Amino acid sequence: MEKNFNLEIISPEKILLSDKVNSVTIPSFEGEMTILSDHIPLITFLRPGIIEIHESKKKKFFTEEGTVEFSNNNLIILASTIIDLENLTKDKISGMLKESKDLLSKGNLNDKAVYVNSHKIDCLSKINL
Amino acid sequence: MPSLDDLRKRISSVKSTQKITKAMKMVAAAKLRKAQEMAEKGRPYSDKMDVIIQNLSKAINDPSNAPKLLVGTGEDKTHLCVVMTADRGLCGGFNTNICKLAKKYFDEAIKTSKNLKIITVGTKGLDQLKRDYGKYIIKKINIKDKKKLTFSDAEEIGKQIVELFRNKEFDKCFIFYNKFKNVISQIPQQQQVIPAKSEDKNKKEEEISSYEFEPEEDEILEDLLPKNISTQIFKAFLENSASEQGSRMTAMDNATRNAGDLVDKLTINYNRSRQAAITKELIEIISGAESL
Repeated sequence: MEKNFNLEIISPEKILLSDKVNSVTIPSFEGEMTILSDHIPLITFLRPGIIEIHESKKKKFFTEEGTVEFSNNNLIILASTIIDLENLTKDKISGMLKESKDLLSKGNLNDKAVYVNSHKIDCLSKINL
Repeated sequence: MPSLDDLRKRISSVKSTQKITKAMKMVAAAKLRKAQEMAEKGRPYSDKMDVIIQNLSKAINDPSNAPKLLVGTGEDKTHLCVVMTADRGLCGGFNTNICKLAKKYFDEAIKTSKNLKIITVGTKGLDQLKRDYGKYIIKKINIKDKKKLTFSDAEEIGKQIVELFRNKEFDKCFIFYNKFKNVISQIPQQQQVIPAKSEDKNKKEEEISSYEFEPEEDEILEDLLPKNISTQIFKAFLENSASEQGSRMTAMDNATRNAGDLVDKLTINYNRSRQAAITKELIEIISGAESL
């Protein structure tokens, strides 16, 4: 039998999603991970990427960063910038791409910022609407 | 005794004041609905953030190595107070209540010979505090030109605070704001943001579920704590804006009602004087006719 767990995606402005789901793939800071129910308690960060919710109706969100906590079959994703892929337009993507590329080309960033921005570019350019 | 003309002028001036307060009330009511919704929707984020931080802080065994933002500098000398008020007046006791709470705290801090540093957000708080505590104010943040406050505005302020902390400018940081309870009651709040660890020891230590961290705890905390400060400030922004509108709505409602009462009173006065003038004229005519 498939087990479900609670998922809450929260941005500073509102609760984006609160539902029972089967599995969620998140772009964790050190690599993608998929969380199923009864995962051990976990706290991690997100890097720019796609949060994918596997359900009867698939849902995808683009996030720039966030914090994830999983405990007792409750997954909480706190993300300050998060957009439903359905609401993302080509203009927005190219705008964000340009912003990151500009930042990278300036060259006075620390390792972490370079890492984050290159992932952002990578991820954004892979999105096709 | 004011002349009839004076009375008429006053009535019309009170009436136009009433029109303004009525309009302000309606604008505040419309804004309130939006602000209240935002404040309520924003609460889960900051609450959950707090839960995560508390969980994380439980997981840290060695407090001497823990990030300073979490456990504090170990000293209690300099206090930084961030007083968050509105940029506009005419909203009842909203700004005064925050300032009153802040002043009470300042006096206590001065009495116990602590160093005091103040950051004011919003101009109304600055106006009220600068006379007595002007020398303690180190920074004035103005939010007047911003139509809508976003998370990045809060992040900006958060960053400044963290930087001050990194430069060892203070040991503890508090924010003052109004918590929105409902339209007629807003409660001024004082909240400690640095150190983030709550000293509430009444809570029984629950069985700590051992978390898996990725990357390490320290790295997570290093990133999460500044974010937490921004979150708390953003929450204060939202609560404040809802409170401001609520407070203004009640204040303007009262003002409209008072103006109505005043108009009634003045109208009675006006009618009486008019009647008196007519009666006087009649008496003059009659007595004039009698004397013939």
